[in-house]
Amino acid sequence: MESEQQHSAASVRAVEIGVAVVIFLFGALVVFDSYRLGARWGDDGPQAGYFPFYVGLFICASGAAIFVRALRNTAFAAESFVSREELKKILTVLVPTIVYVSVIGYLGFYVASTLYIAYFMWHLGKYAWFKIAPVSIGVSVAFFLIFEIWFSVPLPKGPLEAALGLN
Amino acid sequence: MEEINALLQGFGVALSPLNLLLMFVGVVLGIIIGVLPGLGGANGVAILLPLTFSMAQQPGGTTSAIILLSCIYWGALFGGAITSILFNIPGEPWSVATTFDGHPLAQLGRAGSALTAAFTSSFIGALIAVIMITFLSPVVAGFALRFGPPEFFSVYLLTFCAFVGMSGGNAAKTIASMMIGFALAAVGLDSVTGTLRLTFGFTSLLKGFDFLIAVIGLFGIGEILETLEEGLAFKGASARINFKVVLETWKELPRYWATSLRSAAVGCFMGIVPGGATPASFMSYGLARRLSKDGNDFGSGKVEGVVAPETAAHAAGTSALLPMITLGVPGSPTAAVLLGGLLIWGLQPGPLLFVEKPDFVWGLIASMYLGNIAGLIVVLTCVPLFAAILRIPFSIIAPVIIVICAIGAYTVHNSMFDVYLMVAFGVLGYAFKKLGYPLAPLVLALVLGDRAEENFRNAIKGSQGDLLVFFSNGLVGGLTSLALLLLFWPFIRAGWRMVLGKS
Repeated sequence: MESEQQHSAASVRAVEIGVAVVIFLFGALVVFDSYRLGARWGDDGPQAGYFPFYVGLFICASGAAIFVRALRNTAFAAESFVSREELKKILTVLVPTIVYVSVIGYLGFYVASTLYIAYFMWHLGKYAWFKIAPVSIGVSVAFFLIFEIWFSVPLPKGPLEAALGLN
Repeated sequence: MEEINALLQGFGVALSPLNLLLMFVGVVLGIIIGVLPGLGGANGVAILLPLTFSMAQQPGGTTSAIILLSCIYWGALFGGAITSILFNIPGEPWSVATTFDGHPLAQLGRAGSALTAAFTSSFIGALIAVIMITFLSPVVAGFALRFGPPEFFSVYLLTFCAFVGMSGGNAAKTIASMMIGFALAAVGLDSVTGTLRLTFGFTSLLKGFDFLIAVIGLFGIGEILETLEEGLAFKGASARINFKVVLETWKELPRYWATSLRSAAVGCFMGIVPGGATPASFMSYGLARRLSKDGNDFGSGKVEGVVAPETAAHAAGTSALLPMITLGVPGSPTAAVLLGGLLIWGLQPGPLLFVEKPDFVWGLIASMYLGNIAGLIVVLTCVPLFAAILRIPFSIIAPVIIVICAIGAYTVHNSMFDVYLMVAFGVLGYAFKKLGYPLAPLVLALVLGDRAEENFRNAIKGSQGDLLVFFSNGLVGGLTSLALLLLFWPFIRAGWRMVLGKS
């Protein structure tokens, strides 16, 4: 259903059904692999797939039950799971987060975190750069002091730390 | 009176200067975690767990480590009330019921009394639960010493059946969430047969899924995504507490002794049976509304409406540790994380812990008394400071929390793959929360999966595959029957009502 201001991006029913199907497929995968390993009684007790086999069956059954319920529930079809505005907001956080965790390996934890916090403050908070710079750099320096020096828990470092001789 | 002696020795352990310092550090960290969106007891403890690895290596270090972590838990329980009352934002699910009367009180300008009532009743709830733990846990542990694999498996079965029968939500979703947890726990090298299960040739899956990563992702990232969608306008009431208000509220509180006791009883029961703090807080709020003289005015700002859920939530959160230390079965996600900590430090939770590591167990129990006193002092004196944290704009605090989650996920195994997994679990957590799948069964199944499976295997190995081993004697049969009773509880109750209604 489309309300005045918010356009629905997906109905609850569509998402319920989608998730139920994924759950069922996941269960089928578990059953399949457990069967491959042997889900029967071996020479010296239950085989490796014995326990997961039944776990997989339970997953399939519950997925099917949720699927049937969602199909029969027409109220779900009208309900919005997420509006386009909400989805957009979530993606503006989720996409940078995915980018952030994937560049940690190249830039190191501290540089990546600085950039990530700076992006958030710039994009969501609309701060000026002279506020962004001290906060984002300050937080990362604080983390550096806490983890590397106080708790001596090393985090991945990148070219900047190498250049500064902090490895 | 053996317990009293053991407890006094425990106080001797817990009262060392280092442990006292850790108690205050833990409580302060815990309150901050409880106040911040996206960080709660379970993932807060999970993130800080790796920092205790080196601490636990030192002699007596495991006791210090568990004191630090359990005090973070107490702090988080206290912290949830602050955001509920001042900002109408429950920092933790179990403080939702606290908002019903807590926030109206704050709007009436009585934030100070609401906070004092919340903290004091939290403290009383926890105290009653700790007293119960002190006297009941040696009994339960002694009883459990006789347990073999079939008994242990039936205890696990009881735990999981209770989730399905008592949660009140959609049973299929509870089962789905739980079984996904079991399946994820099975991924990786099977310790009994040495075969690789469910890895499909991916080497990064060899070690399996660590529940700490799941907890950080599901509860941390998932919650940030959810908060973001709701939009964030923190409009808080001011958080002044002066000593006069505290004394006045304390004078008022004894009037609600019946509500306190009832709520504590509900909390203790729900904490041991793994229903958890959240349903306990709702149940006792509902009971108080029905049984109180001013029941009809609940929701408009009644101190009693704050006392009931807070007492129950804290009693449940505390007593969730009873099955954790005596049986190795955690009653809540946070207790599950603490249990994971014990395993990582090389301790075997369960009845033998009382025999082999009395210092550790009684030090922990003594620290529960002291940690809650420390918590009460800290929250009563420093509320404005903690409330100020929530005034930090979301666009700064959200990325910082995600960075903290990422650091936490990385430090568990020093692996980047875990950080990617954390983000994936975060998306899963967001979708599950929005669709009403409970997350706690998934986490508990992930923690207990291997042990449940091991006990199941050993049990049916002993009986040559005969499933009747779970009914082979009175003890295991009773546990299994109770589990089945709880599993089918909704049907039994409905049937009972039909019979009563017709006769």
